[in-house]
Amino acid sequence: MSQTLQQRPAQSNQTPAIVLDKVNKWYGAMHVLRDISLTIGHREKVVVCGPSGSGKSTMIRCINRLESHQEGRIVVDGTELTDDLRALDTIRADVGMVFQSFNLFPHLTILENCTLAPIWVRKMPKAEAEEVAMSFLRRVKIPEQAHKYPGQLSGGQQQRVAIARALCMKPKIMLFDEPTSALDPEMIKEVLDTMIGLAQDGMTMVCVTHEMGFARQVADRVVFMDRGEIVEQGEPNALFENPQTERLQLFLSQILRGH
Amino acid sequence: MSSTTDAAISGSAGEPVPAVAGVAAAPGPIERERPAALSSGPVAWARANLFSGWLSTAVTLALGYVLIRFAVSFIDWAFINAVWSVPANAQGQLDPTACRAAKGAGACWAMIGDKWRFILFGRFPYDEQWRPAIVIGLFLALYAISANKRFWRKELILIWVAVLTVIGVLMWGGVAGLSYVPQDSWGGLPITLILSTFGLAFAFPLAVLVALGRRSTALPAVKALCVLYVELIRGVPLITVLFMASVMFPLFMPDGFNPDKLLRAQVAVILFAGAYLAEVIRGGLQALPKGQAEAADALGLSYWKKTGFIVLPQALRLVIPPLVNTFIGFFKDTSLVLIIGIFDLLTAGKVAITEPIWQAYSTELYVFLALIYFSFCFVMARYSRGLEQEYSRAIKR
Repeated sequence: MSQTLQQRPAQSNQTPAIVLDKVNKWYGAMHVLRDISLTIGHREKVVVCGPSGSGKSTMIRCINRLESHQEGRIVVDGTELTDDLRALDTIRADVGMVFQSFNLFPHLTILENCTLAPIWVRKMPKAEAEEVAMSFLRRVKIPEQAHKYPGQLSGGQQQRVAIARALCMKPKIMLFDEPTSALDPEMIKEVLDTMIGLAQDGMTMVCVTHEMGFARQVADRVVFMDRGEIVEQGEPNALFENPQTERLQLFLSQILRGH
Repeated sequence: MSSTTDAAISGSAGEPVPAVAGVAAAPGPIERERPAALSSGPVAWARANLFSGWLSTAVTLALGYVLIRFAVSFIDWAFINAVWSVPANAQGQLDPTACRAAKGAGACWAMIGDKWRFILFGRFPYDEQWRPAIVIGLFLALYAISANKRFWRKELILIWVAVLTVIGVLMWGGVAGLSYVPQDSWGGLPITLILSTFGLAFAFPLAVLVALGRRSTALPAVKALCVLYVELIRGVPLITVLFMASVMFPLFMPDGFNPDKLLRAQVAVILFAGAYLAEVIRGGLQALPKGQAEAADALGLSYWKKTGFIVLPQALRLVIPPLVNTFIGFFKDTSLVLIIGIFDLLTAGKVAITEPIWQAYSTELYVFLALIYFSFCFVMARYSRGLEQEYSRAIKR
């Protein structure tokens, strides 16, 4: 995958894709995000890892405001996230998200899952939307399932549909929230392969995952979070070979023991 | 249909199963045919379900005896010993002697034969009763069309508006050469159908809005209002709401503004049904996994698109059984308008047997009314079961 490594992140003269500036969030009295500052450039691939409860999912969900933060600023593609609903819907249309539990719409066919938002948010004509959807379904290698319902597909297939559904909106940024955690082991690879292909095409990606092999292969940067704060970040090989903090060392030893 | 295991699906879907080392080359598991049921047919069924032990045999025999005794005496009463018609005397008045003679042993269906038009149409002018008869037919046609999925599109709303307008014209008249019939003279089955159809047709959208409002986090004032409405209406009996609508409401209104009694009862039914339906729908909204709304949000769908395309279609499917339960309950509860003097089917029936010669035959009347109510409720129940099965086929989760 030499070509992947040759792609360099973010030209410095551009506005960054995502800026988090001293973001703080509380659930009740629990402080779940502490002074998170992170800047992600266009075409950059960032993998976020950390033990469960470290706030990594919360952080990624703040980027498209599925969760709201209480302090600090989040700027996505030049637009700050506020309570302005219309601006929010515009940002969400440009930011694709893939969930741990797929969250396909079970009452719609695979094709309808993929065309709903392009038709109703992007105002794309139905025929065009279906064409786009089919091209992405081909890309995730399941065009023949287009007229089935999500419940008839395996977990790996569902997650690939979820990726295709997000791509149909032609997003500028893709967020992945533990996309392989709910999958059986033999299905993880097919989803990761899809994501690797996406990364090679230059998509800006933020990915919460424990798949260290994927991180090494794809990520420009790995961010390690623990207890609501960013503890360490850096180029994947350097980070994994030479962890600076005890917390990351502990985490890596636990992860590696599991594999 | 339970064939949703991953293996079954990726195997049947023509999708290459992710290669697991060694499995493809190894010989497959040995296929064995499913063993045939040891015995089948009605005798085996009866043995397994009715006579599986001395206790179940005893219960079967005892219940069978009671059932057969009841069925035999009912058939005797309703058919064999029944009086189907009675002769009229010279003045054209019916002579119920035959019924009196059969009293206790056979039903007097002659009473229904004499009074069925009054029961079905109330005090609607006798010569104009073809109008409510058409109205009943229109209602049935409307239900039949609405029940068919092929017609589930925007035009259906227009059909409803058109049909309900025609129904209004037929009932009131006063235009197109039809004589004017004041609402006081309406009665019978059309009243029951009007109250329940308009009632549920307006209560349902109201209930959807209230249920959504009650779950709103962005609009606390709307939420409070919805909670207040539901709790207030649920906290009092329907009879009270009807009394308020018919007796108290006019007291608070300025002179000259006095909507008729049926309309007031109709509004009361709508408000009452709305509160109950809202809670049923809210149950469906709560049962929907949170991820569905999140996925819709993440795609940039606005609140109303998310609600209309993702949330409601799923939530309503989840609550078809309790929803139809409430519908059936309200269809029957419309008979409570009896207490504010509106001539629905039940009231018309009760008035029909106040006639001196038929006073003794209330049983026949109630059997007849029960049949009418039962046919409507039974069709509703069957229809909802069909819907449920269809949806569970479509969504195999």
